[in-house]
Amino acid sequence: MTTTKILMATTALSMAAGLASAQEMANDMTLVSWGGAYQKSQVNAYADPYKEMNPEVNIVWDESSAEAVAKLRAMNEAGNVTWDLVDVTAASAIRLCDEGLAMEYDPEELLEPAPDGTSAEDDFGDLIVSDCFIPQIVYSTTFGYRTDMVGDTPPDDICDVFDLETYPGKRSLEKRPINNMEWALLCDGVPKDEVYDVLATDEGQEQALAKLGTIKDQVVWWSAGADTPQLLADGEIVMGSTYNGRLFSVIEEQDQPVAMLWDAQVFDLDGWIIPAGLAEERLARVKDFVRFATDTQRLADQAKWISYGPARASSAPLVGEHAELGIDMAPHMPTDPENAKNTFLYNYEFWADYRDDIDAKFQAWLAQ
Amino acid sequence: MKLVTTNFRPSQTFTVSVLAAAGAIAGLLVGTSQGSTLLGLVIGAALLAALAFGAMAMEDQERPIRWAILIGFGLIGFLIGGVSAGVVGLLFGWFFGWFIYWIGKGRYRAHLVPYLTPGQVLWHYAFRVICGAIFIFLITPILVVMPLSFNAEDFFTFTPEMLRFDPEGYSLKHYQDFFTNSDWQLSFRNSLIIAPIATIISVSLGTLAAIGLSQSHVPGRRAIMAILISPMIVPLIISATGMFFFYSQIGLFLENDIGLSKTFVGYVKIILAHAVLGIPFVIITVTATLVGFDRSLTRAAANMGANPVTTFFRVQMPLILPGVISGALFAFITSFDEVVVVLFVGSARQKTLPWQMFTGLREQISPTILAVATILVVISIALLTVVELLRRRSERLRGMSPG
Repeated sequence: MTTTKILMATTALSMAAGLASAQEMANDMTLVSWGGAYQKSQVNAYADPYKEMNPEVNIVWDESSAEAVAKLRAMNEAGNVTWDLVDVTAASAIRLCDEGLAMEYDPEELLEPAPDGTSAEDDFGDLIVSDCFIPQIVYSTTFGYRTDMVGDTPPDDICDVFDLETYPGKRSLEKRPINNMEWALLCDGVPKDEVYDVLATDEGQEQALAKLGTIKDQVVWWSAGADTPQLLADGEIVMGSTYNGRLFSVIEEQDQPVAMLWDAQVFDLDGWIIPAGLAEERLARVKDFVRFATDTQRLADQAKWISYGPARASSAPLVGEHAELGIDMAPHMPTDPENAKNTFLYNYEFWADYRDDIDAKFQAWLAQ
Repeated sequence: MKLVTTNFRPSQTFTVSVLAAAGAIAGLLVGTSQGSTLLGLVIGAALLAALAFGAMAMEDQERPIRWAILIGFGLIGFLIGGVSAGVVGLLFGWFFGWFIYWIGKGRYRAHLVPYLTPGQVLWHYAFRVICGAIFIFLITPILVVMPLSFNAEDFFTFTPEMLRFDPEGYSLKHYQDFFTNSDWQLSFRNSLIIAPIATIISVSLGTLAAIGLSQSHVPGRRAIMAILISPMIVPLIISATGMFFFYSQIGLFLENDIGLSKTFVGYVKIILAHAVLGIPFVIITVTATLVGFDRSLTRAAANMGANPVTTFFRVQMPLILPGVISGALFAFITSFDEVVVVLFVGSARQKTLPWQMFTGLREQISPTILAVATILVVISIALLTVVELLRRRSERLRGMSPG
């Protein structure tokens, strides 16, 4: 009967097709990153050149960095770690390292020295904040505003975010206490060097939440880095915080009427960790890739695609022009002296100790 | 012969007041969007009342008056807000031109039996309006993404250029991105590998299970049935968590003890997991078809010397095929749409379209997702149309009327 034959034929065909395409790749290396423009910069700066040199390696990208800690825990529990290299923020790297989920490494052995012979350890300097963390970029969380919605006096102070009279309209803030609490205290008259001391007390936390409370009904809370750019492009908000690279993309690549408010930008680090317990063959492959991807030239190349500062001191002078737009990238870096006039240093130790506590208070306050 | 009303004329007061009410509603909408709700309401009511009065006074001039209303509304819209508002104005004009005469000349009763009370007439049309509103409610979210997928910018925003119907505001670049971007291509291929194979497995197993469970002599039928359809009832996130640990072990066994490649094992895991999710749909649809299946046919086949396998393929299968196919469609869609289990069980090499859409939406709000969604909607419509056409064809061949 024809139906039966057709059914059999389809079965056989799709099985064969499935098997064929499944068998073709055995030399996969799974890199975990954040997606979007950031991942594109990594593909262009490291992955594509690496593939050209090593055509047998097949790089697969997984956009799971946002839940890297939870997923890596589960994979470890199930004894089946499918990731080879994971891009995480410094804070996550510290947690993963403490839990034994990330591999400790020796910078001298794993990483390439700078071209002038400076050791990798000195070249990265303080940015190696954990024994497992291989720094890649310095980024900052800062504000962007709609140039057509702020009148003749564009905001130039972080406290303008809290000024509803001069700049009426919605603003977007990240749906977590980190950064928001610090900014609130800064604008409530707390001197910069005392912010974390104040924030360590219950009264200080109340004070920060009270300051945030003054704009609460005008705040749109975001959880993905892409939210604020979308809201700014829609004109739904006057200003909003997000990662500086996303704002660069909105302003220069998408040509939206948006400008940066660099005041009190908060620096943070992002880099690789190698999951603990990789099989020898996979580990060797990943180490070879990391050595290539974190050398001075590659880190400088990444800055051609996105406005994040390279983590190596020796890469900074090599930062050139945007690969497609041809504009000079240096003035768009968060570390540029003009932009870094007033910066705020994110305190890893403080947040490692207080995060759970303040998180709970913040979420409770949000729900009120 | 059907009883229909002819020559029914409502009073002029009725016409004018109905039109004033309709105008008030339309004016309310326009007024709100222009910043003054109350003013819009008053102007809308007055304008439509006046128009209705005038149109009824010159009712033999229906065609020119309707044209005048159409163009007048289009012009007003254009003056208020440019080309797109002009188009909306034309739609309003067309509607009110028709509505004035539909009410005024009593056409709304033309196809109804004459003994209906005004309340019944009102309900007759209110019912249709409600049905239409529900339909719009269901379909609008899908339709809205379609024009946005042609956006020339990388945001989910109707740009001013798009609203002006300026060709500059539209582009196919998100479609181009879908067809050239290796991430999207990988996930599309994966979906096309995983969904059909998972469907075939769930159809084979589900059909066998349904046939077995429909035999009256099977002990504990209800309990077995309940277990088999449990993947449909248990919250997906719970199945997914269980599957993650279960298939991790199986995967390790296949990789380390049997020596299959990691990639291949990854596909096997997802295909099996999706087959499990698809089986309940097949069981339910096939069981439903089997209710109408005449057992004496299999006995007759056995009587003529056919073995059970021949009986199944020659007698039973063709008759229950509609149930099997609709079960297969459900199983396919389940696998094709599924994101939770893939996120748990799969690794990046096996990412499917929904996975890619999910991460794409979270990490970068790119209209490529809308382009993919549009393509998928078109494919689904095409699939359903093909199935429907095949069904009609087979019914025609069997001498039944489609219905």
